[in-house]
Order: sequence, then structure tokens, then C-alpha cells
Amino acid sequence: MSFLQTAWLVTRKDLLIEARSREILYTTLFFAVSCVLVFAFGFVREGRPLADAAAGILWIAIAFSGTLALGRAFERERQSETLRALLLAPVDRPALYVGKLLGVCLVLLAVEAAVVPLVAVMFQAPLFGHPLMLVGLLAAGTVGFAAVGTLFAAMLVRARSRDVLLPILLYPITVPVIIAGVRGTAALLEVEADLQVARMWLSMLVFFDVVFLTLALWTFEPVMTE
Amino acid sequence: MKKAFPFLLVIVAAMFAYAPVLIVGAPYESEMGLIQKIFYFHVPSWVVMFTSGTVCGVASIRYLMTGRKEADRLAQAAAELTLLFGLIGLMTGPLWARKAWGVWWQWDAKLTSALVMWLIFAAYILLRRFGGPGAEKLAAVVGIFGMANWPFVYWSVNIWRTVHPLTTVVPTLPGSMLGPLLFCIAAFLGLYLLMLVARLHLERRRADLEALFLAVED
Repeated sequence: MSFLQTAWLVTRKDLLIEARSREILYTTLFFAVSCVLVFAFGFVREGRPLADAAAGILWIAIAFSGTLALGRAFERERQSETLRALLLAPVDRPALYVGKLLGVCLVLLAVEAAVVPLVAVMFQAPLFGHPLMLVGLLAAGTVGFAAVGTLFAAMLVRARSRDVLLPILLYPITVPVIIAGVRGTAALLEVEADLQVARMWLSMLVFFDVVFLTLALWTFEPVMTE
Repeated sequence: MKKAFPFLLVIVAAMFAYAPVLIVGAPYESEMGLIQKIFYFHVPSWVVMFTSGTVCGVASIRYLMTGRKEADRLAQAAAELTLLFGLIGLMTGPLWARKAWGVWWQWDAKLTSALVMWLIFAAYILLRRFGGPGAEKLAAVVGIFGMANWPFVYWSVNIWRTVHPLTTVVPTLPGSMLGPLLFCIAAFLGLYLLMLVARLHLERRRADLEALFLAVED
């Protein structure tokens, strides 16, 4: 079986489970919505949001709900020891990683599809002025965040106190993704959208994705071997 | 290293004893005066922190590739020292900033990237401490990712700040101040080496003890 076939099988399995229970999608989505709501109380004054608040709130909601989705996605594998079964399968280990990563990314992109319009409406942010650039930033940011997150969530499956360790490990390492995502989105939200700045942040995100995907693919095999 | 240890200990102790003389002898910085002297301990502690972080990252790569316990112990010792020297930097920095900038903290590239690095190594220690059995392998990944992350953090914070420029007092060092600074950096690196070797030795002893316990139980 080829690398991509294996990865797709793992993704399909995750999506199938998700389509039947819709547990991760619903919980993550409502968590993201509550996040946006909570932040609205902090950053909206007399009916007007603070400058740049929309970009920050959008990315914080993505990061928080992403952590939740990552934790749930691997908790599911832990409950009936199915991760062990996956690892026992005679296939490339990195393919399993890519499969899980793809599943997490798809769930997160679905959540973003709901959260972006919500933020645009609630914070009067012109998020759809440059749709392609915004989609690029969101996709590259999500892949970067999930690339680090999937590896960490996978390796923490067997660790104690994994619930609290995941955000502790994930947030400091994904600081560049958050900065690039927030600044890139904020550049799009200016009165005169600054496309050049947004493009620079996008290229940084892509660079981050390439480096950390490579590192994750390389470390997944030794770290998942018992 | 066992033979060199006492020699190095004496040299480093002498260097630290002599450092205050050099620091007092260095000229006063015209704008900041006395407060600038904290630099002779502040900068060396950051130099050691980043050296130590790199040692941890490289040792982690080695451990992950070869599985050698010795590399893992080195990574652990280096991570703990990264945290310690980082803490010195994080405490001395705001003391200086309060006088020089008028605020305790500034979201400047160097400050922020150092704080993020410090947090990553704090997470490394937390993972080892609370991760349960097998956490050392996971910690090795965190060590590698932490090292790889540093250029990204520095670069992104740097641009984030230059997009919104800020006038800061950037001290430029004349030669008469550079000498004592380099001396202090050497002293700190010596101290670091001593502590690293001592910590490594302790960890080796602990592993030996554990092996003996297991042997007795069998």
C-alpha cells in the first residue's frame, strides 16, 4: 500500500467515525463560539470593538478549539487502545501521522468556516474583502498549528496528565503561527488592506509548515516506537 | 573531565571573585550610569541560556537517533540549566528596563523570544516531571522543536515590532566596557560547564543506584 493510500485510509476512518457521532465537530464548534463570545465582553466597548481585536479573537478561538479537537481526536484512539492497533499495522508510521493530521485539519477548517463569518458579523470586521488571502492564511496557519499539535497529542497519548501538558507544550511552540496569523489577518482588516504585509506573513507561515512538518515526520517514527 | 573539574572550579571561582573589580573599573555609561552595570551579569546569563538550549536540542537529536541514555541525561541537565540561567536573565532584565525604559517589560524581539524559549524549556521540565514513564522520549522531541523554533520566534516577533516601531535606548558598547563583558561571559560559561558536569554526574549516579536496586530485587 502506498504512503498516500495509507494516509487516506486513516483520514477516512476518522472522518467516518466523526460523521456518525459528530462529537468533535459539534463540541469544538460550540467551544469556539463561546470563546468568541467571552472575548467580546473583554474587547467591545460601548458597542465598538477595539482596533485589531477581530484578528486576535479569531486566531485565539482557532488555537483554543484546535487544542480541544486534538485532545479529543487522540482520546478516542486511547479509549479502546486503537492507537496501538494502528501502530501494529505493517504500514509506514509517518503515513499514520499524515492521516491523523489531515483529519484534524479538516475538522478545524470546518470550525473556521463557521467562526470566520461569526467574527465578521459580531466585530464588524471586513474579513471577506480579500477572501483568497484569508483562506491562504487560515489554511497555512491551521496546517502549522495542527502539524505540531498532532505530533504532540499522539506522543502524549501514553503520558500522564496529558490534558494539561498538551497546551503547555503546544502554545509556546506555535507562537510564530499565532503572531503570523494575527498580524496577517490584521493587515487585511485595515481600511486600506496591506496585501504586501499579509503576503509576507503568509510566506512565513508556509516556511514554518515546511520545517515543522519535516521535523514531525522525522520524529514520529522513533517517538511512537515503544 | 574528573581531573579537570577541580581546576576549572578554582579558575571559575577566581574569575567570579575578580569580576566585580573589572565591573567597577569599567567606565560609567553616560546616560544610564550605575544601572548599566547589571549588563555584565545579564548578558552572560542569556548567552549561557542559549548555549544551554542548543546543547539540549543537539543532545535530544542524538538521543532520539541512537537511544543512548547518556545523551538523554545531558539533555535533561542542559534543560534544567537553561531554565536557571534564563531565570537570572528574566530577573535582571526588568530591573534594568525599569530604569532605562521606565517600564518593567517591553514587547521587544529579544525579550519576547527569550521568554518564549524559557517557556518551552519550562514545558520540557514539566513534561519530564509529570509525564510519567516514557516521558524522556517525548521530552526529546520538545527539545528539538524548541531549538528549531527559536529563529521563527525571533523573526516573527522582530517583524511584529518593526511594523510598529518603537524608540528604545540601544546601548552601544565601547571597548572599555566590552572587555569586562567578555570576561563575565567566559566566567558564566565556565560556571555553566561546571554545573552541567556536576548535574550529569548526579544523574549518572542515580541511574546506577536504580540499576542496583533492580538487581537486588531480582
